[in-house]
Amino acid sequence: MNLIQSLEQEQIKKDIPAFKPGDTVKVHYKVIEGTRERIQVFEGVVIRRRGGGMSETFTVRRVTYGVGVERTIPLHAPKIDKIEVVRRGKVRRARLYYLRALRGKKARIKELTTR
Amino acid sequence: MPKGILGKKVGMTQIFTEAGIAIPVTVVEAGPCLVVQKRTPENDGYSAVQLGFGEKRENLLNKPTKGHLAKAGVRPVRFLRELKVENLDEYQVGQEIKADIFAQGEKVDVVGTSKGRGFAGGIKRHNFHRGPMAHGSKYHRRPGSSAPKGPARTFKGRKLPGHMGVDRVTVQNLEVVKVDAERNLLAIKGAVPGPRGGLVMVKNSVKAK
Repeated sequence: MNLIQSLEQEQIKKDIPAFKPGDTVKVHYKVIEGTRERIQVFEGVVIRRRGGGMSETFTVRRVTYGVGVERTIPLHAPKIDKIEVVRRGKVRRARLYYLRALRGKKARIKELTTR
Repeated sequence: MPKGILGKKVGMTQIFTEAGIAIPVTVVEAGPCLVVQKRTPENDGYSAVQLGFGEKRENLLNKPTKGHLAKAGVRPVRFLRELKVENLDEYQVGQEIKADIFAQGEKVDVVGTSKGRGFAGGIKRHNFHRGPMAHGSKYHRRPGSSAPKGPARTFKGRKLPGHMGVDRVTVQNLEVVKVDAERNLLAIKGAVPGPRGGLVMVKNSVKAK
């Protein structure tokens, strides 16, 4: 392990659940409103994970009121309180950009069933 | 008081602040450095300290360097560089300088040797514009005219393709984000010249108030 990796180890969160593109996750992140802090939940489909080590990020997509919203969040950001995996999806690629062009029934993702 | 330290560029990473903002940082293994010699105005016409950094096997030293280091009574070092200082009394020969001379939030200048680009064209080297790539054009990345017709000669200093990189480059006013005194590491905001493993000098900023 080189020095950069060992430095990053100190900041990397160890309690992140395993999730992949296609999974539906709930991201609890801390929002500061004026002086008080509260937790906001963003639920959606993970459409990509990119980068490695400290700088890994993931993008969550959800459709609200007919408008697609995507948030790219650093995986190890201290602002994230926790990540919950709601549903495991069965997908055949790593970047689910094709979801952007689909809506309604076609934008569904099959659930991954493990035997 | 001007202060500085020699170091090795380790690489880049990012650090999150308490506010949750990611800051890009370059990690520099700064020091420990040794004061090998003092340059005095009486002797040399200017005041500076010569710093030594890095490790080297004894048998790799040539005789003049060996004698020079023996005079200061220090271990073999790989690099010797001078740092201009105003007050020489603050330094003693043989003194060790560590990364903790810098504090978090301090502004620094970083001097390094930029990465070599070899023989580079005008576009990469001087930010020339290129010609059209299509519509019958065959004029793509060439340097263009080298002078106007009037003087009938090319002026000195005309920007042309040539060797690029391996220059001494100073980046000013970078912030020290983190200091690890134990491991002699500095995390400096932003990029620093040179390849990973390259020698850099971190000095306190000339522009900082």
